[in-house]
Amino acid sequence: MREIVEKRVLSENDRLAAGLRLRYHKQNILCVNFISSPGSGKTALLERTLASYTPAHSIAVLTGDIQTDNDARRLSQYGFPVRQIVTGGTCHLDARMVERHLNELGFCGPGVLLIENVGNLVCPSSYDLGEAAKIVLLSVTEGEDKPLKYPGIFHRAALMILTKTDLLPHVEFDPDLALENARKVNPEIEYIALSSRTGDGFDVWLHWLNALRHKAQHPAAAINS
Amino acid sequence: MHEIGIASSILECVKAEAQRRPGVQVIAVGVRIGELSNVDRDALDFAFEVLTRDSPLQNLKLEVEWCPRRQKCINCAEEFLVQDFNLACPKCGANHSTCISGTELDVAYLELEEPCAKS
Repeated sequence: MREIVEKRVLSENDRLAAGLRLRYHKQNILCVNFISSPGSGKTALLERTLASYTPAHSIAVLTGDIQTDNDARRLSQYGFPVRQIVTGGTCHLDARMVERHLNELGFCGPGVLLIENVGNLVCPSSYDLGEAAKIVLLSVTEGEDKPLKYPGIFHRAALMILTKTDLLPHVEFDPDLALENARKVNPEIEYIALSSRTGDGFDVWLHWLNALRHKAQHPAAAINS
Repeated sequence: MHEIGIASSILECVKAEAQRRPGVQVIAVGVRIGELSNVDRDALDFAFEVLTRDSPLQNLKLEVEWCPRRQKCINCAEEFLVQDFNLACPKCGANHSTCISGTELDVAYLELEEPCAKS
């Protein structure tokens, strides 16, 4: 006898993520979720992003890794609340981890919550963290065909950031081809190329983040406290 | 790793559903998995086997319906299968469409056996 269930496999995560989304909405928090391969420059991007603001701004960071609190130590130099999520082997963050660590971080908004996921292009794309946008990073030392090899995350991301563009003269990487591949998977994906080392393109990224805040339902979810 | 988590979530769902139906044995679970869900068939089968082995669910069968990516054309409403990432509508050629299938990760059904139906 067949009985129809029709339930999402990750329905428990979805339920918790819906709770987080409601909380962000109520507390005027804009949450974005950074996803990339290990070593694509997520932490460097966050470092320069935090360095672009003064501690008077309201920003918090949750950073996920399988082991070590190295990233949290790097990111905590900028005067903003930062908390490391050590997953102890799990290759992605889920909504339960974010909920627990957000409580411990004590960040109640209004402001911006930056979540650095575990370096992995596969699993993190399946787990909703209640974010307003997933942002996928691709560095110029990777292959232009990564969007075709890992279509799941490029399909779900609102923005692709090409990182380490200062290395372009030294590597054989065609940014146009990478973008063309990303848009084969997701024609709507937005695109920014930058270097966290030189700051080239960074103004475009900061402008994008501010624009997302304005687009959000609650305009008060501003970076300015 | 990912598939272990997915298999574990499927089994959690089966257990929760089984608890709501006392005395009924679940013999199979049917899931729908989209090609954009990043799930590998062999890894999922392996994870499912490992997680059910020597457990009350060890005879549970996993039935998977794989869902290819399908789009619906915004211009002419044609629904089409996406092959080689070609998102152009095969009917009108327009390049504007929305994804209608391919991201599934759902528990669709359970196959149940009533105690009295047992031989």
